[in-house]
Amino acid sequence: MKPKHQRLALAGAAVAALGVAAALALPALKDQAAYFYAPADVVAKGVTPGQAIRLGGLVEKGSIERSADGLTIHFRVTDRLETVPVAYTGIVPDLFREGQGMIADGRFDDGGTFRAETLLAKHDENYMPPEVAKAIERAEAAAKARPEK
Amino acid sequence: MHRFANPARFLKLARPLTAATLALGFALTTAALWWGLFRAPPDYLQGESVRIMYLHVPTAWISMGAYLGLGITGIAVLVWKHPLAEVALEALAPVGAVYAGVCLLTGSIWGRPTWGTWWVWDGRLTSMLVLFFLYLGVVALAGAFDERSRGARAAAVLAIVGLVNLPIIKFSVEWWNTLHQPASITLKGSSIHPDMLYPLLTSAGGLGLLMAAAVLMRMRAIIAEQRIAARRARLAGDAA
Repeated sequence: MKPKHQRLALAGAAVAALGVAAALALPALKDQAAYFYAPADVVAKGVTPGQAIRLGGLVEKGSIERSADGLTIHFRVTDRLETVPVAYTGIVPDLFREGQGMIADGRFDDGGTFRAETLLAKHDENYMPPEVAKAIERAEAAAKARPEK
Repeated sequence: MHRFANPARFLKLARPLTAATLALGFALTTAALWWGLFRAPPDYLQGESVRIMYLHVPTAWISMGAYLGLGITGIAVLVWKHPLAEVALEALAPVGAVYAGVCLLTGSIWGRPTWGTWWVWDGRLTSMLVLFFLYLGVVALAGAFDERSRGARAAAVLAIVGLVNLPIIKFSVEWWNTLHQPASITLKGSSIHPDMLYPLLTSAGGLGLLMAAAVLMRMRAIIAEQRIAARRARLAGDAA
C-alpha cells in the first residue's frame, strides 16, 4: 500500500468510527437532550408536584379561558395521548393560540395543574399566506358541516 | 480532480469563474430579497416576520453544505497533501462562519416575536451554534502555526471531526423534542406555500453563488500571498 492509500484508509476509518460512536451515543441521549416533556412523558415518568420541568404540547382547541383578573389564563395542553391543565399569568407570545404548539417552564401544583412560569409559542413547519389558511379553514368547516345535512 | 488541483490551471479557471459567480450571485440575491421582502405574501400566523426566512433558511442550508465541503477538503489535505486543498480549507472556513453567524442572528431575531424568546438551548439551536464554533475553531487553528501547511493539517483534523455535527443538526428536530420546528422541505414535498418557496429557493441559489465567489476570491488572494512570500524569500536568498 502506498502511503497515500494508507492515509486514505486511516481517514476513512476515523470518519466511520466517529460516525458509529455518534450514532450510538446520540439516540441514547434522548431523555437528556429533550428540550421538553410531552403530556404523555409526564404521565409515564410520574413527575411529582413541585418538580421543575418543561412541558410542551398542543394547546387544545376551545380550552383557553381568561380569568377575571385578565392576566391569568387557563388552558389544556395535549399530545393527543394525554392532556394536562395549565395555568399561566403574564403576557403570552403573539403566536400562542388554540391548536398551536407551546412550551412552558414550571411545576405541577398539588391539584395536578401545571403552573407555568414562562411560556413560549412553538411554530410548526407550515408556511402559507393568510388567504390559503382561510380557504383551508372554510374547506374544513364545510367538510364538518356535510354529515349533518 | 488532479487536473484542476494545479494552482496555475486553477487560477486560469478561477478568474472568469469569480466574475461569473459574483455577478450572477448578486443579481439572484437582489431579486430574491426583493421578491421575498416586498412581493411574497405574509404568513397566516407569523405575519410579516416570516420574511426573515428568506435569509435565515438559505444561510442555514449553505453553511451546512459548506461544512461538508470543508470536511471533504480536510480529507484531501490529510490524504493527498495537496497545497491547493490547504488553500481551499483556509479560504472556506471564515466564509462559512459568516453564513452560520447570519443564520444564528436572523434566527434569534425571528424567535423573539414568534416564540417569545431570543434563544433557547434546544437541540437544533445548540448544534447550530456548535457549527459556528467549529468554523471559528478551524479558522483559529489554521492560523495558529508559523508554517502554513502545519496549520492547515491541524485544522483539517478538526474539520473532519466536526462532520459528526452535520447529521446532528439535520436530525436534531426528529430525535429530540425541540422548540425549533421540523423540516418544511423533505423528500415527500414541501409544507411551504409555492408563493414563499420560490423566492426562498432563488435566495438559496443567489447566496450560494455569492459564497462561491467569496471563496474563489479568497483562494486567489491566498495563492497570491504565497507567491509573494516565496519571491521575497528568493530575493532575500539572492541578496545574502
